[in-house]
Amino acid sequence: MITSSKIHLPDFSLSPHIDQVGVEERAARFTTRSIKKETKLNGLKLVLNMIDLTTLEGKDTEGKVKQLCYKAQHLHDAYPGLPTVAAVCVYPSMVKTAKKAVEGSGIKIASVATAFPSGQSTRTVKISDTKYAVAQGADEIDMVISRGKFHEGEYNFVFDEIAAVKEACGEARLKVILETGELGTFDKVRRASDIAMYAGADFIKTSTGKIQPAATMPVTLVMLEAIRDFYYKTGKMIGMKPAGGISKSKLALRYLVMLKETLGEDWMNNEWFRFGASSLANDVLMQIVKEKTGVYQAANYFSID
Amino acid sequence: MPVVTKKKAAAKKNVIKLKFDTNWSYAPAPESKSAASINSQYDLFINGGWQKPSSKKYFNTINPATEETLSEVADASETDVNKAVTAARNAYEKYWKKIPAKERGKYIFRIARMIQEKARELAIIETLDGGKPIRESRDFDVPTAANHFFYYAGWADKLEYAFPNRRTEPLGVAGQIIPWNFPLLMAAWKIAPALATGNTVVLKPAETTPLTALKLAEIIQESDLPPGVVNIITGAGATGAAMVNHPDINKIVFTGSTEVGKIIQRAIAGTNKKVTLELGGKAANIIFEDAPIDQAVEGVINGIYFNQGHVCCAGSRLYVQESIVKEVIRKLKDRIETLIVGDPLDKNTDIGAINSQQQLETIHKYLKLGKQEGAEMYESSCRLPSKGFWCRPTMFTNVAQSSRIAQEEIFGPVLSILTFRTDDEVIEKANNSPYGLSAGVWTDKGSKIFNMTKRMRAGVIWANTFNKFDPTSPFGGYKESGFGREGGLHGLSAYVNLIG
Repeated sequence: MITSSKIHLPDFSLSPHIDQVGVEERAARFTTRSIKKETKLNGLKLVLNMIDLTTLEGKDTEGKVKQLCYKAQHLHDAYPGLPTVAAVCVYPSMVKTAKKAVEGSGIKIASVATAFPSGQSTRTVKISDTKYAVAQGADEIDMVISRGKFHEGEYNFVFDEIAAVKEACGEARLKVILETGELGTFDKVRRASDIAMYAGADFIKTSTGKIQPAATMPVTLVMLEAIRDFYYKTGKMIGMKPAGGISKSKLALRYLVMLKETLGEDWMNNEWFRFGASSLANDVLMQIVKEKTGVYQAANYFSID
Repeated sequence: MPVVTKKKAAAKKNVIKLKFDTNWSYAPAPESKSAASINSQYDLFINGGWQKPSSKKYFNTINPATEETLSEVADASETDVNKAVTAARNAYEKYWKKIPAKERGKYIFRIARMIQEKARELAIIETLDGGKPIRESRDFDVPTAANHFFYYAGWADKLEYAFPNRRTEPLGVAGQIIPWNFPLLMAAWKIAPALATGNTVVLKPAETTPLTALKLAEIIQESDLPPGVVNIITGAGATGAAMVNHPDINKIVFTGSTEVGKIIQRAIAGTNKKVTLELGGKAANIIFEDAPIDQAVEGVINGIYFNQGHVCCAGSRLYVQESIVKEVIRKLKDRIETLIVGDPLDKNTDIGAINSQQQLETIHKYLKLGKQEGAEMYESSCRLPSKGFWCRPTMFTNVAQSSRIAQEEIFGPVLSILTFRTDDEVIEKANNSPYGLSAGVWTDKGSKIFNMTKRMRAGVIWANTFNKFDPTSPFGGYKESGFGREGGLHGLSAYVNLIG
């Protein structure tokens, strides 16, 4: 681990500016890539393998989580040779159940923490929330930043909080959710990305999935470019997780195109890129089966969880 | 962890590199040639029909990506030019200046719609004949061409609002000579406003890219436009010269090189022909340290590599403020690696073939010159096809203002990068060129944009974007980039006399 003392901390108020028109145009350009045949099939399998299969509901039960964990390992057994998803993402109270359910499969357990989704609580609560999830067996922690403090210009507060949560994570990898839908501008998304990476994030993530808009291609591109600049400055790779709003294979493939042409080969795996999604997997499965059989099957052929 | 330490050391030495040659690569996605029909031979489109050239001579037009012959087209001699001008004159006197303006508008709308209907075929032919990527001909050339017809169709019966309190009359017969970089689009730029204002037309496409103009002739024939209102003849320089020197042409409109523009100027001196010239350029694209850098880099890439750099307003002179020059060059190098060079018909191709052997030789001459001048050359690592005319996207760093690669128009995918320190310095350097067609400014500061645009001598200045075109917006140059404006209201005034 690189300690922050070894990295020169920039003035976050001077984070690069983003031109909205330009970034939206660039993001749209990725969507014109034509993805066909084996490229499509390989891309779809890669997408499956990058999914953080998620359930974050007040009504989550052990029963629901167990079923989701089974699905994570057996996406569509009628089609042999499919990968598993990357991780299952749940609330801290469900970590233990989930961890047990995926034992031996290589699937990670990610847990949201830090008073998810609003983050409106004290640091003590957030730290203990994190420690609890880790103690229950979470491999990854998805924290939220304090958007209120960020809007107040309290960048040091936001930075210190992330650093403190990172410390509480121990060996668990930390994903920092910026909740871009609440930040308002691309300039602020870029600034929040910089703060999170310098404060110790292993991943930066767009959204909780509870706020609209969630992940979009332009906002993800701004974050990928922040990751690229950080990598050039420090040599440290940071992962990216767009979450919320990606439910179709076509869109997921476009994200892969964007990833390939922005960060390249080293990021094209589930160690460094994830999709936070609940319904994406089935659409991808439907497409994969269609590639093999030439026809679309009805949604009822694919288990809902 | 040792891995991270190693990477940190690498960062210090600045050898960190992103790998864009990924395992997940794009399978070929070629557009089908079968959607386009190309005749094996084309005659001259005169007086609403197809006529054999009086010389009986034809010349080949090839696909620059494969060097295969696509078709042979007629070589129009002086006699043929004369026939075309006579047809245009008769059509002008008999129908076109007499019919109600809204009827003119109907014909132009019809042509616009027919271009849209045949968009796919036109895009494929444009790509086959000129070498440009199908993505560009499909998403830019053809739709923008249709938009020009739509835009000027709307003006046809509203000229009294375009020129309040004045009456307009058409000039008569317009002789239009267009270049090979945007063959269909340039034909649209020229024909649409001429027709809308009541003029008739003799148009000559470039000899390396005549096919979409001939397809447009088929559309015009099908549209029932009165015979002779638009005549399209093919040929090389001699055909163009015969048009320029023809006594019964009232207006010459030319887009092409400054060298030929000067010849045209000399030829028409002393005659009462009117003229609009849209010539070369060496656009300054300026990035300030406060710019949105990733978007600026993207704009620079689009500015110089769009259409293989065969663009008169290409941003070929990049000025970067010294504090950010390393970062900008690094980002440009990364971006160049992700440009896909190859089969222009493939939907994923970003950079297609160079338009002709001759143009490729010109580009190579400048690449050699740049190295001799001591600039550092960097090119993409992409592989090039063995047949056809190809040039990797290339950039020169350490270029001086006095280098010829910073002064002369290369008209290829070659970027010259220069540096500056202050606003005044860069304005002076940007203006220090015989050309003045376009320029770009990248800064987050609005007041700086206005200061720059006010003081820079260029016909079009883009702020935080580049190479944006719209039929409503006038386009044209300062200094040796030509005079007169095309597009928008200004484009109408090039084809009318204002009276009363």
